[in-house]
Amino acid sequence: MAKPLLEIKDMYVWFKVFGGILKVLDGVNFIVYPGEKVGLVGEMGCGKTTTMKAIMRILPMPPAVIPRGEILFKGQDILKMKQVKLQHLRKKEISMIFQDPTAALNPVFTIGTQLQDTIRFAEKSGKNTEKEGIRTRAIQVLKEVSLPDPERVLQNYPLQLSGGMRQRVCISMALVSTNELLIADEPGTSLDVTIKDQILRLLKELAEKRNTSIILISHALGAVRGMTDRLYVMYAGSMVEVAKTKELFAHPLHPYSQGLLAATPRLTGGGIGEGIDGRIPEYINPPTGCRFHPRCKQAMPICKDKKPPFFKVGKDHEVACFLFQNHR
Amino acid sequence: MRTIIFIAKRLVYSVFVLIGLSILIFTIARVMPGHPARMALGSRAPDWAVERLREEMHLNESLYVQYYYWAKDALHGDFGVSLVTRRGVANDIREFFPASLELTLYAGIFMGIMGIILGTISGWYNNTWIDNLVRIISYIGIVTPSFVFAIFFVLIFGYVLEIFPTMGRLTPGVVHPPLITKMITFDALITGHFAVFFDALKHLFLPAVSLAMGGMAQEARITRSALTDNVNKDYIASERSCGIPERTIMFKYLLKPSFIPTISIYGLDFASLLGNAFLIELIFNWPGLSRYGMNAMLRKDLNAMTAVILVFGLVFIIVNIIVDLIVGYLDPRIRLGAERTQ
Ligand SMILES: Nc1ncnc2c1ncn2[C@@H]1O[C@H](COP(=O)(O)OP(=O)(O)OP(=O)(O)O)[C@@H](O)[C@H]1O
Ligand code: SF4
Ligand SMILES: [Mg+2]
Repeated sequence: MAKPLLEIKDMYVWFKVFGGILKVLDGVNFIVYPGEKVGLVGEMGCGKTTTMKAIMRILPMPPAVIPRGEILFKGQDILKMKQVKLQHLRKKEISMIFQDPTAALNPVFTIGTQLQDTIRFAEKSGKNTEKEGIRTRAIQVLKEVSLPDPERVLQNYPLQLSGGMRQRVCISMALVSTNELLIADEPGTSLDVTIKDQILRLLKELAEKRNTSIILISHALGAVRGMTDRLYVMYAGSMVEVAKTKELFAHPLHPYSQGLLAATPRLTGGGIGEGIDGRIPEYINPPTGCRFHPRCKQAMPICKDKKPPFFKVGKDHEVACFLFQNHR
Repeated sequence: MRTIIFIAKRLVYSVFVLIGLSILIFTIARVMPGHPARMALGSRAPDWAVERLREEMHLNESLYVQYYYWAKDALHGDFGVSLVTRRGVANDIREFFPASLELTLYAGIFMGIMGIILGTISGWYNNTWIDNLVRIISYIGIVTPSFVFAIFFVLIFGYVLEIFPTMGRLTPGVVHPPLITKMITFDALITGHFAVFFDALKHLFLPAVSLAMGGMAQEARITRSALTDNVNKDYIASERSCGIPERTIMFKYLLKPSFIPTISIYGLDFASLLGNAFLIELIFNWPGLSRYGMNAMLRKDLNAMTAVILVFGLVFIIVNIIVDLIVGYLDPRIRLGAERTQ
């Protein structure tokens, strides 16, 4: 297989808060190959957004610390990058669409100011000399995300736009500063279903047209199933299973994936349901060993003591569960 | 145009507020126990003289009638005669108000600018020693009454270091510039008396700073907390992830939303300046309206106290209109929200 575009190796992220240390990410391993569309699913609060923010290096530090781990992008560790390289990465290579488009737009600046600044720094010299060119480009990207009346949108403040329009604006900004990898964190979740579908379709189209890799986080299993090549399942701070999307939906192996994916009717694919009893554990005193063991019906003595690494069970299929340690 | 309509509306509201305020003050002043006429004339004045003064002031009439007489004159700019100075209250106000206004204006400017600067530094350097220092200063500023600062500053800067004067508005012997606004610094600037300007500024420094400390601390705290909140907002993360440089984010995208809460409460902080000015004027021997008003209250000088409170009410209203204009300019949520409901 080709060399990974992005590879997260054994990454930990903690939040030092007043009540103690939240040990949220617990050895994340995650790979994206060039041109690939990767899905990421998991319950609320399992650390999906945290993982993605770590990639962009936009975790609030403090309270966040990254005691261990590497995030290799084309072989270079993002966590160790100097400011100049990091800026280049953010401007040209990786971009992120945030979960909530309303929160992701600055409420007191017009769309024009925000989008044109993005263009100015990402595509132009950063000087204010090419005003007309920047404006033309801004209108062009707004058209690319199918926003009607782009001239007016540029003059609007976020509160003057509908949720769907805000989401499209966010996508347009991400497009400006991406060539290689687009991270879409639950795009459209806050919108109604038809608009959400439109947004997802738009993302897919744009990514295919530009041959950009995508990481798609979503609670909509149907969308993940239709849009992605490979799928990760995350639980309480680490990846518990990965496989080709089709394969994973057909044969989920990890007890958690089974609960998660089986929780929804296979064909229609609604949201992630309550297929598993209990909830994500507290992060201050997380369970030892396999963090899923308190909820796992098949837990064994070893599960309490040791954290299961990924065991390879097929060509692209890996599971972090001791049930599969002697596979093959 | 929208701005003009906004101001016009607010001015109309203000008229009603002032009428309401005048009724309130008027009533409180009249129902307070005490004998204004007796106090005005002194204990040795004959009873018939006291009675005549009561007649003159309509004190024997009902409250409504008294208010009617008062309001009729007030509309003509006549707020009656001060029982203490025996001069027209309007005259007294013209004489004492500029000094107070000058003091509170400088205090207000100092409070706003220093509060925002300290808060911004504190927020930018969140959790460093600089931040801790500013936070300690803020706590001290908030819990310490302004007269304590005044006394402290007088001791340190006035007597120990001797770098700032502690009395009055000008060094004795320095000639007043021509009276235009009666605010010495402005008059001196307009007429080009720069030496006088600096002398007046020096005299203003200690009283204005002591007066401003509390509000400044408040503004600094609010700015800091807005900054530390907003810096973790998704829109900042999003701007970072688009490759917008840190400097642009800090100075442009972070400051504007973070100043909005600070400026919104500025009006209230300004009110506290007006309220605290009395003790400051007393300590620094500042011939201002606060002192005049407080004396009027203590001596049951009905006309004077009513007028002083109305003047302060008017200043407060104007400051708040300006504040609301600035906030509306900075915050489209307020500007457009207001537009929508109109
Ligand atoms: N700034 C922070 N300070 C403290 N804790 C945080 C912070 N950011 C995230 N966390 C914690 O990290 C955990 C994971 O959060 P994260 O947002 O990554 O979850 P998620 O998988 O994206 O969930 P969702 O599906 O709700 O978006 C949560 O328990 C959250 O409380
Ligand atoms: S490792 Fe053990 S506890 Fe964890 S999922 Fe597998 S069987 Fe369950
Ligand atoms: Mg999330």
